[in-house]
Amino acid sequence: MHELSIAQEIINILETNVPTESYRQVSKVKVKIGKFSNILSDSLQFCFEVVINNSKFSNTKLEIETVPLIIECSDCRSKIEIEPPVFICSNCGSSNINLITGNEMSIDLIEIND
Amino acid sequence: MSVITIEKKILEKNDLIAANNRDFFNEKKIFVINILSSPGSGKTSLIERSLARWGKKIKFGIIEGDVQTDLDAQRLDVFKVPVVQIVTNGACHLDANLVRDAYSSIEKEEIELLIIENVGNLVCPAGFDLGEHIKVVVTSITEGDDKPLKYPSVFRNSSVLIINKTDLLPHVNSSLAKLKKNALSINPSLKIFETSCVTDDGIDKWCKWLKTQINKNESSTFY
Ligand SMILES: Nc1nc2c(ncn2[C@@H]2O[C@H](COP(=O)(O)OP(=O)(O)OP(=O)(O)O)[C@@H](O)[C@H]2O)c(=O)[nH]1
Ligand SMILES: [Mg+2]
Ligand SMILES: [Zn+2]
Repeated sequence: MHELSIAQEIINILETNVPTESYRQVSKVKVKIGKFSNILSDSLQFCFEVVINNSKFSNTKLEIETVPLIIECSDCRSKIEIEPPVFICSNCGSSNINLITGNEMSIDLIEIND
Repeated sequence: MSVITIEKKILEKNDLIAANNRDFFNEKKIFVINILSSPGSGKTSLIERSLARWGKKIKFGIIEGDVQTDLDAQRLDVFKVPVVQIVTNGACHLDANLVRDAYSSIEKEEIELLIIENVGNLVCPAGFDLGEHIKVVVTSITEGDDKPLKYPSVFRNSSVLIINKTDLLPHVNSSLAKLKKNALSINPSLKIFETSCVTDDGIDKWCKWLKTQINKNESSTFY
């Protein structure tokens, strides 16, 4: 459900970063969504289409890049991708790990056709 | 075609307000906990038991988050502590701005522990920083022992796990040991309490730990 708040927040950010006269020329907004961020890409895409149609950005598509969950092991120093809910280093079995990527929820770029 | 590269966090605005909230709470030496769980795991009951245990010995402030109704805030009326109810009207989580507004209605009170009961939901609230010091996740034994595996992010992002309704252990087939093992596999540094709000088992341990955190917070210095 919170995908709707996220979609609305993306549009708020568009509004503050794009000059008003270019709203209709915004063709794409690209976001990075971490695999561990609790955001379902399909649901975000759906919610975005709903809110964008009620905004001044009617020509804007959303592109979602999914960022894998990558950890660094404090014991063997490997940097590897893991699949939740397994939170151990698949190299040495340690649970002493830090998340490097996977929590992202960010806007990467905005494309304007001018 | 032109491209604006911005690299902005989508929740930047929320994170900013949350950081302001946290600065404010630090300055006032208010220890803030954000309680998360599925609907009905016992968040309000745990707050009731904590209020009953400490009475006026801790200066509590409570923010109740619900999708509808102020029933939870009403339940706390008997304790005569500052309580604000946030009704989200459908939204599945609290955000930092709602908390800031809610807090402003009780800010004249003297508070050393602010408890925020989030909307009953194990997914959405996990991503919204409110400006709290710690997140406490509650799960009840009746929900099964696999919840940490199914909802890993809330367990990974919390510092404390309360396993509630332990009085019902004889009646359910979920295993306490398995639940703890699953939770620790997601987050090995979780501090775990086992409680029953019916028999009060474990409530004292939890309450004493809370008090220790408040004392630590009051003697700490922030820059
Ligand atoms: N047997 C038993 N029942 C409990 C315990 N704790 C809470 N309950 C019952 O569980 C139900 C839900 O408790 P609440 O405290 O309202 O749970 P909550 O998490 O605040 O619920 P929401 O705010 O609706 O998400 C109530 O009927 C409580 O009486 C417990 O330790 N043992
Ligand atoms: Mg409640
Ligand atoms: Zn390792």
